Amino acid sequence: MAGVEKRFGTTRALRGVDLSLRSGQCLGLVGRNGAGKSTLVSILSGLAEPDAGTVRFDGQPAPRVGDIEGWREWIATVFQHSMIVPDLSVAENVFLGNTPRLLSWPRMRRRTREVMREWGLAIAPQTPCRDLSVEQRQVVEIVRALARGARCVILDEPTAALERQAAQRLFERVRQLTDSGVAVLYISHHLEEVFEICQDVVVLRDGEVVATAPTASLSRDDLVAVMVGDVEQTTAAHAPPPAPAGSGPAAGAPARDDSAPRGEVLLAVDGLASDAARGRLSGVSLRVHAGEVVGVTGLLSAGVATLGRAIAGAEGYAAGQVRLHGRPVPPGRRDVAQRAGIGYVPEDRRAEGFVAHLGVAENATMAITGQLSDRFGVLRPGRRTAAAAPVTSRLSLVSSGPGQPAGELSGGNQQKVTVARTLVHRPALIVAITPTRGVDVASKELLLGSLADAAASGRAGVLLCSDELSDLEICDRVIVLVRGEVFTEFSRPPFDRDELIVATEGLTGTTISAVYGSTEHNGAEEAAE
Amino acid sequence: MISNHTPDGPVRTAVRPGGAGPDTPAGAGKPGAWLRSLNVGVLREVALLPVLVLLIVVGTVVSPAFLTVSNFAGIGQQSSALGVVVVGESLILLIGGMDLSLESTFGLAPMVAAWLIVPVSAYGNGANLSPYLGIVVLLAVGAVVGLVNGLLIVKGRLNGFIVTLGMTIVLAGLQNGIVKAQSLFNLPEPFSYLGAASISQVPVSLIVAVVIFVLVGLFLRYHRAGRAIYAVGGNPAAARAAGIKVERIKIGAYVAGSVLAAVGGLMESGRVSAVTGQQGYQEGIIFSVFAAAVIGGVSLKGGRGNMIGAASGVILLGIVQDILDLAQVSNYWIEAIDGTVILFALFLARIVGGESTAEER
Repeated sequence: MAGVEKRFGTTRALRGVDLSLRSGQCLGLVGRNGAGKSTLVSILSGLAEPDAGTVRFDGQPAPRVGDIEGWREWIATVFQHSMIVPDLSVAENVFLGNTPRLLSWPRMRRRTREVMREWGLAIAPQTPCRDLSVEQRQVVEIVRALARGARCVILDEPTAALERQAAQRLFERVRQLTDSGVAVLYISHHLEEVFEICQDVVVLRDGEVVATAPTASLSRDDLVAVMVGDVEQTTAAHAPPPAPAGSGPAAGAPARDDSAPRGEVLLAVDGLASDAARGRLSGVSLRVHAGEVVGVTGLLSAGVATLGRAIAGAEGYAAGQVRLHGRPVPPGRRDVAQRAGIGYVPEDRRAEGFVAHLGVAENATMAITGQLSDRFGVLRPGRRTAAAAPVTSRLSLVSSGPGQPAGELSGGNQQKVTVARTLVHRPALIVAITPTRGVDVASKELLLGSLADAAASGRAGVLLCSDELSDLEICDRVIVLVRGEVFTEFSRPPFDRDELIVATEGLTGTTISAVYGSTEHNGAEEAAE
Repeated sequence: MISNHTPDGPVRTAVRPGGAGPDTPAGAGKPGAWLRSLNVGVLREVALLPVLVLLIVVGTVVSPAFLTVSNFAGIGQQSSALGVVVVGESLILLIGGMDLSLESTFGLAPMVAAWLIVPVSAYGNGANLSPYLGIVVLLAVGAVVGLVNGLLIVKGRLNGFIVTLGMTIVLAGLQNGIVKAQSLFNLPEPFSYLGAASISQVPVSLIVAVVIFVLVGLFLRYHRAGRAIYAVGGNPAAARAAGIKVERIKIGAYVAGSVLAAVGGLMESGRVSAVTGQQGYQEGIIFSVFAAAVIGGVSLKGGRGNMIGAASGVILLGIVQDILDLAQVSNYWIEAIDGTVILFALFLARIVGGESTAEER
């Protein structure tokens, strides 16, 4: 593609982007939130039309926009959000939108099996997709792309919902694809991944390509510096996840005296048990003191998110008790928990984070309408805007104004709206579940910094995450959950990343090789043929 | 303006120097962008204006009697009962629900009240209630129906469509059952005042309907419960996560919707000075109610729509009905034409007010 431009109203999302992708190449595409990655993907997938510029495949002009069939023969995209129809079988999903008028089931299944085998994948074609793991669904999407003969695949944040081992298997598959001549455009916020599997990397900033280089010629710090721009180099130098987040000026974390005595017990959780589908809990107890941020981590299935939701009152639980300031908080009553002083940053911002067509300011102040309105309940929009402004500007949330619908913002800014909504009501305790998912490096610092700020001002935070272990740097201690139980606790920073990984696997040893050798999680390979 | 707020703290300076951060949309916060967003908003709200103008032109051509004060007063009187029900249905649609039984409440509430008011000789039950108490009963019937619907749907987690469909038939059956399918005439003056009286050519029902539209419109825009309605309808999970009492808001909307349907029924009874067994369900007014709301841009998916739109939907339907009457269209054809015009208006409203958001793609 050459000189591609795209405008949305007054926003120029892309300004003359040139990009080329060779067969057999794995090209990384990185950039901060709002840099134009998503726009580029939708243009390359044939979903949106560029205002200027052309896209060519093998020298031929691309099919016209809307001719999805035509595009799919060239290029296929595996999106962040699954495009699988859960009620259909694997074979049907593979041939979705590509079925002949009269279809032969045996042929469809055979063809699916063939493509799977050809690429060294194995999922039974008649399995209903609802029974598949996130990883397997991704495999189905990749196979769908390959079945149409597409020799160019875009992977948009493919590891966002994968556990580490599954991500490793995905990398294997990507290498396999590129070895056989498929071109892969790999989009990710995880720069380690880009370094691991991409030969070259393109950096988008502000809708422009600011760098194209072989990954081997760059260091991680270089890449971050290019992504965020020169002015921010000082910040970026301190930013790489393994480094302590608190050391960068952008973290906003005031120096805390580790030797200071802990405050009173703010949150007491006793014997929490839950049968939630997203991860069971059996008898989890923990204490959070005023002035500290406690990290909780574990595998996706370990009940990390369940614990966060239960504490925040977002879902009920079978047994146990949650007390704030010594007073019990009823289970499953989000409204009561909030008034008691528990703020909640949900895991899934699309589902629980904001109301898409309401304005930024209205979303940010949704939890404090009671304080903003007069005694008759009348709420003046001006007060809403005024209340939202300090927090949204502190998070450097980018919008065209307080009235812009939150649904129109980029993913990272939507996350900031979600976080702002919690910060605005200044809760005594912030429960944040994977608050930095899909957020660029600089914004990540801001979001985590705001959590650390809360703790520094005598409040407290619980940070729950399963994959972004580097986020835990801001925590005073980290609790590791394994299969719904507290496995171990790291009581003092810095937390060693490898030790954390080993602990989440339920191992006490320190050898990492043991982790990658374990096969307790069923992957695509294990599914029955 | 959030985006253009120049950062002053050291924290911010490091990340986004000046107002020109990496993802600042060009021109954000400038008058142009503001004007544009205003334009879109206003455009959507007056989406039906050209259609209304067109209809008025058509009406004027069709009959010289169209463009007269008395004709418009008539339209107002005929539309106000429907309009009040549309307000009620809009509240329920806004929270992401739907209520088919409003049409039955529209008939049952005045029937119960009238039954308690009129003498036994006129098929009353003999309670001979004062007409004022009757109006209280009417409102109570609306509130109870709404509460039952709300509890079944919200607490009982039943499907709103099926619950209110069942309720529609139950209520319509009660309406005929209590008076053995008779119509009640000779309604006392205070009871029929709202629907029948006029203040110097302006029907009281029209004034009341306008007041209801304005009050509910302001409530939705400036009251925190009103804003909570939009949040609940737009994304109930997000509203819940923000500490809004989602269930209470939803049940409240069902109750308010049914009470408004009862008020609409009172207007209708006053206008025709009788409560008939047909009123509501057998007239099939729910079609017009949904049509007016949807033509006016109230989303069936919840969270979207306003009273200006709903009002223009009601006015549009009223004018169409009036033109068909004035043009002396044969009764046999009137429904077919009415329905066609409504479909056309829906189509037009969709084009003019065309909406799309990121999440619906």
